Order: sequence, then C-alpha cells, then structure tokens
Amino acid sequence: MFVRLGRKGISFVIELGELTIFGAASLGSLFHQRHIFEKLTRSIYEIGVRCIPITLIVGLFTGLVLGLQLYYVLTNFSSESLLGQAVALSIIMEIGPVFTAIMIVGQAGSALSAEIGIQRNAEQIDALQTMNINPLAFLVSPRLYAALICFPILTAFFDIVGIYGGHLTGVSMLGVDQGAYWSRIYEAVSVKNVMDGFCKALTFGILTTVICAFQGYYTHAKASIPGARGVSQTTTRAVVLSSIAILSSDYLLTSLLLEK
Amino acid sequence: MSGTFLQLRGLSKRFGPQVILDALDLDIPLNSHTTVIGRSGIGKSVLLKCISGILKPDAGTISLCNSTESIPQFAYMFQQNALFDSLNVFENIALPLREKEKVTAQNLSKQVNRLIDELGLQNAATKYPSEISGGMKKRAALGRALISKPEIILFDEPTTGLDPERKFSVFDMIRSYRKQFGFTVIMVSHDVPEVFGITDQVAWLDEGQIRYWGPPNELLESPPIKLAGFLNPKLSTDKPTS
Repeated sequence: MFVRLGRKGISFVIELGELTIFGAASLGSLFHQRHIFEKLTRSIYEIGVRCIPITLIVGLFTGLVLGLQLYYVLTNFSSESLLGQAVALSIIMEIGPVFTAIMIVGQAGSALSAEIGIQRNAEQIDALQTMNINPLAFLVSPRLYAALICFPILTAFFDIVGIYGGHLTGVSMLGVDQGAYWSRIYEAVSVKNVMDGFCKALTFGILTTVICAFQGYYTHAKASIPGARGVSQTTTRAVVLSSIAILSSDYLLTSLLLEK
Repeated sequence: MSGTFLQLRGLSKRFGPQVILDALDLDIPLNSHTTVIGRSGIGKSVLLKCISGILKPDAGTISLCNSTESIPQFAYMFQQNALFDSLNVFENIALPLREKEKVTAQNLSKQVNRLIDELGLQNAATKYPSEISGGMKKRAALGRALISKPEIILFDEPTTGLDPERKFSVFDMIRSYRKQFGFTVIMVSHDVPEVFGITDQVAWLDEGQIRYWGPPNELLESPPIKLAGFLNPKLSTDKPTS
C-alpha cells in the first residue's frame, strides 16, 4: 500500500512539474509567432464573449439567492441594513471569481481540452511540428493570454450582476432600504477587496487554461483508452482538475490575502 | 540521382523494453524516391517520425549533406492528411507560409493560388476538409507540404484506405509532382509490389534494421528468403521460410 501511495505521490509531483513547464513555455511563446493580435482576438471571443451569457445568468441567480439567504440570517440580528455589504463582499471576494472560473471551465475550458485532444489524435499537432510551427505558441499561448484578459472582466460582470441580484431580492422584494443597501456597499467595499477578487480571477485563469490545454495536448499519454473515448476521458479530467485547482487555490489565496 | 543527401547512422529508438530501431543505417540519395517497406508495426512510421523530428531518437545521427538550409527542410504527409478541419483548403495550404515567412497577403495569395491551380484544387479552395473527397484531401495535404518548397517530403502510407484506382492516381500524383518540383521522397508503403513502379530504391526494414537497400527490380528478381514471403504472401503460406 505504501509503495502504491509513494508511486502516486511521485507521479503527482512529476505531473505538477510537467504542468508548470508546459504553462511557462506557453506563456513565453506568444511573441515567437506571427499574427498574434488575430489569434488573441479569436481566443478572447471563444473564452470571453461566448461566456458572457452564462456568467450573467449565474451571477444574477447567485445574487438573488444570496440576498434571500443573507436577509433571513441578518433578520435574526436585526441587521438587515447590512445586506448590501454582506452580498457585495461575498460576491466580490469569493463567489464572483470562483463561480465565474467554474462557469468558464465548463464552457470554454472543456472545449479547449477536447479541441486540442482531437487535434493531437488527428496528428495536427505533429503536423505543426513538421511545419516548424511551435504548437504551444500556435494553440495554447493565445488562449492563455486571452484567459488573463477575460477572467477578470467576466468576474467584474458577475460581481455587478450579482450585487444587482441581491438588490432585487433584498430591496425590491423584501423591503430593505435602498439607500442603506448601496451606502453599506460604498462604505464596506474597498479597492483592495476588488483587486483581491481580480487577483484570484487571474490566478484561476492561468491555472484552468494550463490544466485544460495540458490534458488535451497530452491526451495520447494521459488517457487510458485511445481515440474519441480518450479525448472524453481527458476532457472530463481537465474539468475535474480545474475545479479542484480553483477551490484549493482559492483557499490558499484567501488566507494569503486576508493576512495582508 | 546524385550523391547522398540524407545520412542516417546508428539510429536507435525504443519504447520501454521494445526495440523499434536498432542502430539503423540508411543513405538517401538526392532527388530520389526511397520506399521503406516492412511488416505492420515494425517501425516504419517511427523511422519517418525520427527523420522529421517528431520523435527524438535514443541514439544515432541524422545528417543532411548538400542542404540549402531552407526552413523547413522536411515536409511530412500524414496517413490521415492531418489537415486542420477548421481551416479551408486555401488556409490549410497557406498555413506554413503564413506562420513562418514574412509575406504580404497579396504575395501569399498569389503563391497559394498558383499551387491550387497546379494541384487542380480550384473548386475546393474555399471548402473545408470535411467537404472534399479523399483524393482532394491528399492533394491539399501535398499542397501544404509543397508551399514551403521542402527538399524532402516524407509520405506515411499515402494510399491508406484508398481503392486501387485512387491508389494509382496518388502514386501518379507523387511521381509527377516530384518531377515538377524536384524534391526527394521517403515513403512508407504497404502497397508492394505496386509501389515499385514509382520508387528508385527500396529499403526493407526488419527487426530494427535495414535488411535490404537497392533498386526494386533487383529485389523482385532475387528477394531474400524472409522478404519473399512479404512480397508474395502466398509464398509464405505455401512454403515455410526460414
């Protein structure tokens, strides 16, 4: 049992190392290619624009639920006027970055992993190598930089819609004072809180894009079955690992950022 | 044909305990057509991938003699063409130039369109790979290989999955474009003896090494005992070979 555990541990550390090298190589390779702006624009469309509807919908409902839950908790302490502050801080610092990242992984991350996996199986990545085109620069780095741009922007959208969702429940439906709702937000939320949220969004963007691209890129080596089922296996793994990475790094980041 | 163009010396490759290439030596003459034959799974595609740089050999050297250092020097035609399915034929052919060379859009379009005309793909230029026939895909893949003016094109079983008529048309296509563009061909093929009609020399790969290298007619006249069964499967069932 210890031998197996040891082997698992070693293979985990090796994979972590490979992932880090893969991510660093992808980040560094963007400027070693032509037509960067065009590729970046396409990637921003795939990761950013196409994820706007799902981000707004989830943001709205999260705000609605949060407004409802927190209202009943705060009523116990006769502190309903604090609803705006509670909703805004929860969304800006925690729920916004985390939910947005999970939504993007579900929509764009899985697609990225599957697309690169299929390209690997169809020998398109080998073809790029034979054409002397760096596959990481061509396939991964524009997406990575697009993620760095899109994750904070989508998080900001989520935050705004979520806060309005809380307003809809608390003020429009449950009768919390509108002035109190907004003034509490204005008083409690600092620029640092917003920046901390964006810092998380950037971290999640790098982590999830690297994980999804890595799983697709090495689908031939990572999947236990070749072909289409192998791609589905690595895509599933990409989503699961990305979700774990989001939540675990969120814990680490929160403890680091709150200590400051 | 003149002089050695590509020299492989002591090339070795293993996957785990399995030895695929075992200190293999091979010389490829300039402007020649060499066909690598051998049983399935013997390592023919691995040999091509080592030559092209997709796989790194464990030992040995691959050296180019008399190269003009154009980039890329190799072009590779994959068994399943490896065309990008989200790019149309024009964009697929233009890809190596567009990504690697500093060319204006006008010049790029001129070069690609010329090649499209030469390959007879005028009607397929704006179509995606999924919308064209197998033969057209082969020509589009050849166009993508030719656009960067390579000195060597590696063909990995170019006739896989094609009917006999299309098979011969692919062979004709390779022969005529080699004549027209003047590149060196290294091809892996199972189509024995049909492929002998277009090849200058045959390299028989067996147990990780080249067991025969020479003109196809000599091989057909006096094949080694082990290869006789491969050249004519009926022989191997009629008479046991050593």
